[in-house]
Amino acid sequence: MRDDLAGLRRKLALLERTSSPRAALLFPLGCPEVDRALGGGLGRGGLHEVYAARPADAPAACGFALALALQAAAERPFVWVRHDYAGAETGGVYAPGLAEFGLDAARLILVRVKTPTDVLRAGAEAAACSSLGAVMMEVWNDAPALDLTASRRLSFAGAASGVTLMMIREGASPSASAAASRWSVSGAASAPLEGNAPGRPAFGITLLRHRNGLPQSSWIVEWDRDRREFDDAAPLARGVASLSAGGRLAAAGEGARGGWRKAG
Amino acid sequence: MRRLARERGEAGEKPDEALLVLTHKVKGAARVAAMGPAAAAAGVTAGAALADVRARLPDIVVADHDPFADARMLERLADDCERFSPVVAIDAPDGLVLDITGCAHLFGGEARLLAELRGRFRRYGFHARMTIAGAPDAARALARFGRIAIVPVGADEAETRLLPVAALGLPDDIRIALVRAGLKTLDDLASRPSLPLSARFGEDVARRLRRMFGQGANPVTPRRIAPSCIAERRFPEPVGRIEDIEATLADLMAELSDTLMQRREGGRRFEASFFRADGIVRRIAIETGQPTRDAKAVLRLYHERLEALADPVDPGFGFDVIRFAATETEPHAPAQASLDGRVQEEGDVADLVDRLSARFGRTRVLRFVGVDTHDPDRAARLAPAVEHRGDAPWPAPEPEEPPKRPLQLFASPQPVEVTAEVPDGPPRTFRWRRVEHRVMRWEGPERIAPEWWRDPSAPTRDYFRIEDEHGRRFWLFRAGLYERETDAPRWYVHGLFP
Repeated sequence: MRDDLAGLRRKLALLERTSSPRAALLFPLGCPEVDRALGGGLGRGGLHEVYAARPADAPAACGFALALALQAAAERPFVWVRHDYAGAETGGVYAPGLAEFGLDAARLILVRVKTPTDVLRAGAEAAACSSLGAVMMEVWNDAPALDLTASRRLSFAGAASGVTLMMIREGASPSASAAASRWSVSGAASAPLEGNAPGRPAFGITLLRHRNGLPQSSWIVEWDRDRREFDDAAPLARGVASLSAGGRLAAAGEGARGGWRKAG
Repeated sequence: MRRLARERGEAGEKPDEALLVLTHKVKGAARVAAMGPAAAAAGVTAGAALADVRARLPDIVVADHDPFADARMLERLADDCERFSPVVAIDAPDGLVLDITGCAHLFGGEARLLAELRGRFRRYGFHARMTIAGAPDAARALARFGRIAIVPVGADEAETRLLPVAALGLPDDIRIALVRAGLKTLDDLASRPSLPLSARFGEDVARRLRRMFGQGANPVTPRRIAPSCIAERRFPEPVGRIEDIEATLADLMAELSDTLMQRREGGRRFEASFFRADGIVRRIAIETGQPTRDAKAVLRLYHERLEALADPVDPGFGFDVIRFAATETEPHAPAQASLDGRVQEEGDVADLVDRLSARFGRTRVLRFVGVDTHDPDRAARLAPAVEHRGDAPWPAPEPEEPPKRPLQLFASPQPVEVTAEVPDGPPRTFRWRRVEHRVMRWEGPERIAPEWWRDPSAPTRDYFRIEDEHGRRFWLFRAGLYERETDAPRWYVHGLFP
């Protein structure tokens, strides 16, 4: 009996360590401060969760996740699985906007499904396809289907194929999961251009959880579409950033219901 | 030699003993539309007034004639007849034409096939008259007016010559004119020179006569195009277990795959037809993005499809015929070992698209297709990914510029309450979904005129990129130019920037 247990433990340990060499690679975010804190970047082939700090920050969460996916995917095709509800709340994915954000829309396969369970199904199917660069999944509201088991299954699939997985959650509070990292994202004031025009996309990001036990911390970053990497926000932007003190917007649960009224 | 079976199903579905009469209204009076065999024997004819018939035969059973239900029934029967031949045509209102060229031997000859067909129809409760002949028109006419079941090869003309002119199916006035002229049978017509006949009664007579005798091309127009690549299994005992069904599909796919390989083709669309013993037919189709004859991949798609069906194939008492066909094929060179990783990658992604489309439906797995227009609503179109590969890259944005277009766009712009400078200043604050937003940064207006050739009354739009006090970015527009187009312009939020 004891031997069996020991055997199982060994097997488990092996499973946890294995995964293709590609999966072990990290992709840097580009912003030195964040990369240093992360120990070089985020894991390629891992499952990363991005929560919108408030429902109204859904576009910011999508943008941040898309930026990460772009960095992880390099030039490979990628898949975005969307819950229909997300389309109703924030509008449909807009190809010219994708191009302006740095993604050639021709590389994207958009899958629109009715339920969170279907998001998981489609996501798992895509996660097993090693020719993809990244898979984004987007789910609105708390969904019981997205539990620890589901996230573990996705993590394994990603680790086996080397496909980086982004799970975008909007209007939801964080629940237990096996994700490699978990972020809370809000919009942040951009560095204004001439004539007080909105500048490059800026995000207030908070690392809520990391598999390596990194401490929780917050940054404000800007997305540099031309170089495909994040930048520290310009000092001016930082001055007027409306991030709540200490980056405590982490507690998505408290404010999750504020902001937008649900449509429909 | 083309052999055709023709059968005629009378609308009567009730047992023969009753004097059944179906009626319909003609100019307010109930008239007989069709009658059962017993009623016909008693001298009831179509078109007779119901009152007259009642007076003569008090105990008739009357029902409403429902031509739509009859047509639906005929469709169902046609579905069922596809088990005998893939080429089935409907001969409205009450006939079916089957092209059984090359099919009869599967049933042990034409006589056996006819017997099976007859037995089947009797079980469903139909009186069917059937004839096998060389030309479809001959079969059709002999079934209705003749007495022969199987016309020997080459005897079409001899048999049909004896038929009355009504068998030609001509309009009533011409038929009556022919009869008045003393031309009662097809023989009378055929033995006369065709030119004066055409001159007097129209081209149609000679043409129909030629078709009747099997002269000239005379194809059956099937209700569904017969696939060129078919494999099927017939079971002496109906099968119903899903495992058996999938195993059968696997066998059939292996056959299809061989055929496709020989023809150097691949299937783009496959269709499995399940013929239930009680005559109900269920068809399930899948599509692939690239031509394929990879049995494993196709079966996997079927597996996905069957699993995702809300109402899985209900076997009832079991299926006795399962047919598997490649309904659309394209040339497909033998697969070559790829040295280029990119080819492999494309193949993998195409497979994934097929699988996702099979499970979630083709309209839910999409790619963007660019449209050359400045109308932001129409700048991108979503098309099923099984159809589009998405090879043309999108134009790269201008470097150093922030995104000018939102990442997400509302299909219908959402109205907002705005305080803004007149006539064309930017918004100061706006209220959307009950939340007040203070405008911190803005850029605009970017004036986008509507495409006047689509909707001349659509107002001009002035778009603004807006950032509020929480660092959230919006794409707002004012519909209409102040004072020139409207006095109270409305504002909308059209999209959201990250």
